[in-house]
Amino acid sequence: MNNPQDVVTEALRGMAAAHTGLLRLNAEPPYLVRADAPVQGKVGIVSGGGSGHEPMHGGFVGMGMLDAACPGAVFTSPTPDQMLAASQAVNGGAGVLHLIKNYTGDCLNFEMAAELARAEGIEVEQVLINDDVAVQDSLYTAGRRGVGVTVLVEKIAGAAAEQRRPLKEVAEIARTVNARGRSMGMALTSCTVPHAGKPTFVLAEDEMEIGIGIHGEPGRRRMKWAPAAEVAVMLVEPILGDLPFQPGDEVLAFVNGMGGTPLMELYIMFAEVARILEGRGIRIARSLVGSYITSLEMAGCSVTLLKLDGALTQLWDAPVKTAALRWGG
Amino acid sequence: MPVTRETAEQWIRAYAAAIAEHEQALTQLDMAIGDGDHGANMQRGFQAVLSRLGSVAEGDLGALFKLVGMTLLSTVGGTSGPLYGTLFLQMALKTQGKHELAPEELEAALRAGLEGIIARGKAAPGDKTMIDALKPAQEALRQALNQKSSLAEALRRAEEAARTGRDATIALVARKGRASYLGERSAGHQDPGATSAHLLMECAARTWM
Repeated sequence: MNNPQDVVTEALRGMAAAHTGLLRLNAEPPYLVRADAPVQGKVGIVSGGGSGHEPMHGGFVGMGMLDAACPGAVFTSPTPDQMLAASQAVNGGAGVLHLIKNYTGDCLNFEMAAELARAEGIEVEQVLINDDVAVQDSLYTAGRRGVGVTVLVEKIAGAAAEQRRPLKEVAEIARTVNARGRSMGMALTSCTVPHAGKPTFVLAEDEMEIGIGIHGEPGRRRMKWAPAAEVAVMLVEPILGDLPFQPGDEVLAFVNGMGGTPLMELYIMFAEVARILEGRGIRIARSLVGSYITSLEMAGCSVTLLKLDGALTQLWDAPVKTAALRWGG
Repeated sequence: MPVTRETAEQWIRAYAAAIAEHEQALTQLDMAIGDGDHGANMQRGFQAVLSRLGSVAEGDLGALFKLVGMTLLSTVGGTSGPLYGTLFLQMALKTQGKHELAPEELEAALRAGLEGIIARGKAAPGDKTMIDALKPAQEALRQALNQKSSLAEALRRAEEAARTGRDATIALVARKGRASYLGERSAGHQDPGATSAHLLMECAARTWM
């Protein structure tokens, strides 16, 4: 990088330059918006959060997914004025849906942004994403974190909005996806926040951390390395038991890289996940493998399972054209 | 020294300097139980405040606090942005049109700010947050003023109470914010928000001593 202070600004500039037909960058306050926004009569979908999770969220701005993404500083939620400006920019008269990962900072800032937007006569719905089964005793914490399911909610709600469904219905679909999805992650190394300049936590060469979040916050358990087959069990079992998933379920299985893990290893993990699910009589109807919600250069992965039905599968299959995710159309 | 627009600005400047001085320390505390950005976020916000202070040179106390609150809201992000932003915006509402405050009015403004933080953050004492430093400080300030202490003496006691509250966060298990995801592992670490909140009271005590 050139300078730790400028990482976000410079990355946004690069992103806008790389995807000119798809999105544009509003510099002050900063947000990325799809090139043809606002789309008249379509619910505008705004998401956002700290930077350092690329391609989330800017990589998901485009047809069939997000209308705008608000980037904060690294691992820091964006501010209400950013979210308000983004909401104004994507409001095509059908209202705006805010997709919020459950972190205190994101919740507070989006809450204030909604107050400001409603005061301006923009109809706003907010959906909170909280799929991380690693967070226990959620009554005594700020609640479960929003992690892998975020990508799936953004895609599926984005497809519903693209079909011109009304705001309440798009929000309901987003809530359904959140309710039917669960995730769990692990790390082999910490990440280094640019302005801090050193790893957030230190793991020995042969150690891993189970149940990490996406901000370099340590997990709940540290242990010695285990083979992929054992790690897969540690990630998948808590997910299966939590919803709970049943034999006969059809799922979308998502193996996500944290930024520093090669695709080869993610596929090894996917094979193990598939083996476990097959043993349980759960059918993988759709899949996604790659680094979509990352934690800078952290080595590690997360597993997300979403219980599908015909309607959700159709929305998942609908065309999407963004920097990081595209198919169909 | 009376609480005037000028001395209140000195307080803000002193706090900005304290944040700059303690940026690394705040970030270190946050790396232990959070995501390692508290120092950098507060630094970014208060540098922006410093650069904009000139624009309200003629204003009243309400205008000063509003500028601070709005600037923090639009530059900090995370939890510190809306919470410290709310503190100063509530103080602004209590001090609109005023160029000087009686000690009781300063306490009332701080109390309104604290209530704003509690309402916005939905946290309670003992959750291992900035409230664990701010609430005892406000209570000590009020009690001292009720006992007819001077403002200087009352702020000294408020600073002491904030420090005690800050230190007490070490043993607590976090129930709010990102540290809460660590569960029991958050115990044994001083809360970064309570630390920056104590610095705010320390700067007040130094400004009006």
